[in-house]
Amino acid sequence: MEFYLVQALNGLASASSLFLVASGLSIIFGVTRIVNFAHGSFYMLGAYIAYTLVQALPTGAVGYWLAVLGAAVAVGLIGAAVELLLLRRIYRAPELFQLLATFGLVLVVADLVLLIWGPEDLLGPRAPGLRGSVMILGEPFPTYELFMIALGPLVLAGLWVLFHRTRWGTLVRAATEDREMVGALGVNEAWLFTSVFVLGSFLAGLGGAVQLPREAVNHTMDLHIIAEVFVVVVVGGMGSILGAFLAAVLISELNAFGILIFPEITLVLVFLIMAAVLIFRPWGLLGRPEGPPRTPAGEFEPPLRLLGRGFLYFCLAVLASAAVLPHLLPTYYIRIACEVLISALFATSLGFMMTVGGMASFGHAAYFGLGAYGAALAVTYAQVGTGLGLLAALGLGLAGAVLFGYFCVRLSGVYSAMLTLAFAQIVYAVLFQWYGITGGDNGLLGIWPSDWVSSPLAYYYLTLTVVAVSLFLLRRLAFAPFGYSLRAGRDSALRSEAIGIHVRRVRWVGFVIAGFFAAAAGGLFAFLKGSVFPDYSSIPVSVDSLVMVLLGGVQTLSGPIVGAGVYKVLEVFVNRYTEHWQLILGCVLVGLVILFPQGLLGYLVGRFGRSGEEWRGVDGAPAGGRAS
Amino acid sequence: MLALHEVHTHYGLAHILSGVSMEVRRGEVVALLGRNGAGKTTTLKTVMGLVTPTSGAVRLGDEEITGRPPYRIARAGVGYVPEDRRIFTELTVRENLEVGRQPPREGCPVWTEDRVFELFPALAEMRDRLGGQMSGGEQQMLTIARTLMGNPAVILLDEPSEGLAPVIVEQMARAISELKREGLTVLLSEQNLPFCSAVSDRAYIIEKGVIRYEGPMQELLARPQVLEAYLSV
Repeated sequence: MEFYLVQALNGLASASSLFLVASGLSIIFGVTRIVNFAHGSFYMLGAYIAYTLVQALPTGAVGYWLAVLGAAVAVGLIGAAVELLLLRRIYRAPELFQLLATFGLVLVVADLVLLIWGPEDLLGPRAPGLRGSVMILGEPFPTYELFMIALGPLVLAGLWVLFHRTRWGTLVRAATEDREMVGALGVNEAWLFTSVFVLGSFLAGLGGAVQLPREAVNHTMDLHIIAEVFVVVVVGGMGSILGAFLAAVLISELNAFGILIFPEITLVLVFLIMAAVLIFRPWGLLGRPEGPPRTPAGEFEPPLRLLGRGFLYFCLAVLASAAVLPHLLPTYYIRIACEVLISALFATSLGFMMTVGGMASFGHAAYFGLGAYGAALAVTYAQVGTGLGLLAALGLGLAGAVLFGYFCVRLSGVYSAMLTLAFAQIVYAVLFQWYGITGGDNGLLGIWPSDWVSSPLAYYYLTLTVVAVSLFLLRRLAFAPFGYSLRAGRDSALRSEAIGIHVRRVRWVGFVIAGFFAAAAGGLFAFLKGSVFPDYSSIPVSVDSLVMVLLGGVQTLSGPIVGAGVYKVLEVFVNRYTEHWQLILGCVLVGLVILFPQGLLGYLVGRFGRSGEEWRGVDGAPAGGRAS
Repeated sequence: MLALHEVHTHYGLAHILSGVSMEVRRGEVVALLGRNGAGKTTTLKTVMGLVTPTSGAVRLGDEEITGRPPYRIARAGVGYVPEDRRIFTELTVRENLEVGRQPPREGCPVWTEDRVFELFPALAEMRDRLGGQMSGGEQQMLTIARTLMGNPAVILLDEPSEGLAPVIVEQMARAISELKREGLTVLLSEQNLPFCSAVSDRAYIIEKGVIRYEGPMQELLARPQVLEAYLSV
C-alpha cells in the first residue's frame, strides 16, 4: 500500500514539470495559433542554462534558486527574440510553414546545444535545502519531489490569478477567442503576442530548470518532452490551462503505474487513454470545439489543374531519363538515386494527404517505419522474398494507418496533426521497447533483397517501377471522384456534408491511402539499406517528409517530388563537408519560410509564370496574390 | 471628420468597392444603405483597417489612416461595432468592457463602466454574466458598450438592428440618438429603412461597390423611385 502511495506521489512530481511545459505551449497556441514545435527545445535550454548558472553562481541556496530563476528568465528572453525576429514575420504565413520554421529552430537549438555543452549527459547538483527525504507511511520520499508536487498547483494558481485578475490576462483571454476584434478595440496585438510568447517560453524554461536534480541534462530532452506535451495538450484540451494540468497528472500517473504493470508498453496505456478521451471528448477533457476558422478575406483554395499533353510528355521525358541515368552513374550514386526516388514517394504520399485532403501530419514517419518493419519482420521471421516482403510492408502500414487514421480524422487542423505526431511516437516507442521482436535500438539486420533484384541496378529499376506506378496512382486518385470528394471536404466540410459526402470517412480513406504509400516507401527503403531501425519512425524523419513537401510547395501535386530531390541532394552534399547538417538545415528552413512562404516551386511558378507545371491558381493570379 | 476618397477594395480577385467616396461630418449620424452584398460591411472594415484598400484614402480629421493596423486606427478615435457582434463569449460583461477600455481622448465624450451601464441599464444587471450566455439583443448592447469604452470620436455601426426583436430595435434607435446628443459621430450601415430614418441625418446608398445616391435622409424618403431601384428586394 505504502509503495503505491509513493508511486502515486512520484507521478504527481513528474506531472508538475510536464504541466509547466504544456501550459506554456497551450497559452502560446491560444493567442498566436502557432504550435511551437521548439517548445521542447526551450525546456531543454532551461535545463542546460540552469546547469551552467548553478556552476557559475556561488554554491548555496540563494545561488541555486537564482540559477533556476535565471535560466527561466533567460529562456523567456530567448523566446522574446524568437518572437520578434522570426514569428512576427510569419504570422500570416500558412500554419504549416510556421510549424516548419519552429522546427527549424528545434534543429538549430539541438546542434547549438551539442556545440556548447557537448554530447555527454550532465548531472546537476541536488537542490540545497531539499536534499534529504521525508518518511511517508514508513517509506522515505525525496523532499525535492514534494517541492515538485507543490510547484504544479502553485503555478496553476498563479496563472489563474494572472489570467483572471489582471488587465493583461483579460486581454489575452479575449485574444484567444478573437484576435482581430481585440486589435479593432485598440489593443496592440503585436505587443500582446510577444508578451504571451515570453510567458510561455519562461514556463518551458522553468520546467526544464527544475528538472536539474531529477534527471541528467541531455540533448534528447527536447523531442522526448514535446511528444508527451502534445499528448497532454490534446488530452487536456488546447488552450485550457486547467485541462493541461489534469492531463499532465493523468498521463504522469499512468506512466508511474503503467511501468509496474506493463513495463514494456507504458506508452500503449497512454495511447488507450488518449483514444478513450478523444472518442468521448474530441476536443480534450476541458477543451471546446473550435468554430470554423475565420479565414482572412480573399483567402481561397484555388483548384488543382488537370494538366494537358505537355505535362504528360514532360513526365515521360523525366521517366525516360530516370531509366537511362543509372547507366551513367557509379554504383554509389545509384543508391543515392534510389533514396531520392523513395523520398519522392514518401513525400508525395504526405503531399497527397495535405494538398488534396487538407490534412497535415507531423507523424508521417509512423507509416514509413511500419512499412520498413513490415518488410523486415516478414523477412526475419518468415524468410520471405522481396515481393512478399513489400506486401507485408504495405499490410502493416495499412493496418497502422487504418487504426491511427480513425482517431486523427476525428479532429481537425493542428489538433489532428499533433495527434499524428503522438501516434508516430508510440510506433517509435513500440519499435524501440519491444526488444524481443523488433530488436530494440539494434534494429533488424540482413534485410537484403532477393536474388532477382540483388544488384544495385536491378533494385534501382524495381524502385523506379514501384515509385512511378505509385506516383501515377496518387495523381490519378486526386482527379478521381474520390479526390473531388476529398477536396470538397478540405474546402468546406460543412457544405460537403450538406451535399451528402461523409467527410470523416472520405478523410479516413485519404489518410489510409497516404499511409499506404508511405509504407511502400518504407518497404523499399528497408531492402535498400538491408536493415531497419526505430529511427525510421522518429520525429526527424516525419519532419524530413514535411520539409520536402513544403520545400516543393503544398500547392502543387508534384511539388513534393521536386522538394524531395532538392532536399536529398542537399543532405548528401552538406553531410560531406560538415557534421552540422542539422544546424544548416535549421537555418535554411527558417530562412526559406521567411523568404518563400509559398514553397520553392510555388515561388518559382508564381515568379516565372505557369509554364509546364500545375499551379493551383486562378488564371492570371500571381502566386503572392493569396493572403496578401 | 471621417472621409473616404476613391476607395477601391478587393477580396482576392473580387472587386468589392469601386471608388467609394463619402464623408461623415462631426456630430452627424450618417446611414450607409444597401442590399446584402452591396459593400456596406466592406466599407466599414476598410475604414477600420481590417481590410486594406488597393487604392484610395481614408481620413480621420486631418490624419490619413489608410493602411494603418486596426489598433492604431482604433486609438486614433474610430470605434467599430461589427455586424456579428463578436462578443468574447468566455469573458463576463465587465471583462468585455475592460478589453475595450482605452484612456480618455481629448474632445471626445468620456465613457466609464457606470456610464455605459446608464446607457444600457439591462447590462448593469448582468455584469458578471458570460458573454456567451446573453441573448442577441443583450450582446448587441454589449458590443456597442464595449466600443464606447474606447472613448471614440467616430463610431462605425454595422447593421445594429439586424436580427433583433422590434422592441430592442427601438432601444437601439434611442441609444444612437443618445450617442449623437453626446457629440459622437456615427456611420451606420443598414438595410432597415425605418430604423435609419429615425436616427440618421444623411444617407448614402451603395450598390455593387459604387455609391449611387447621397443626400439628406428626409430627401431620400421623398424619392420612392430611388428606394425602389436600390433598396427594395
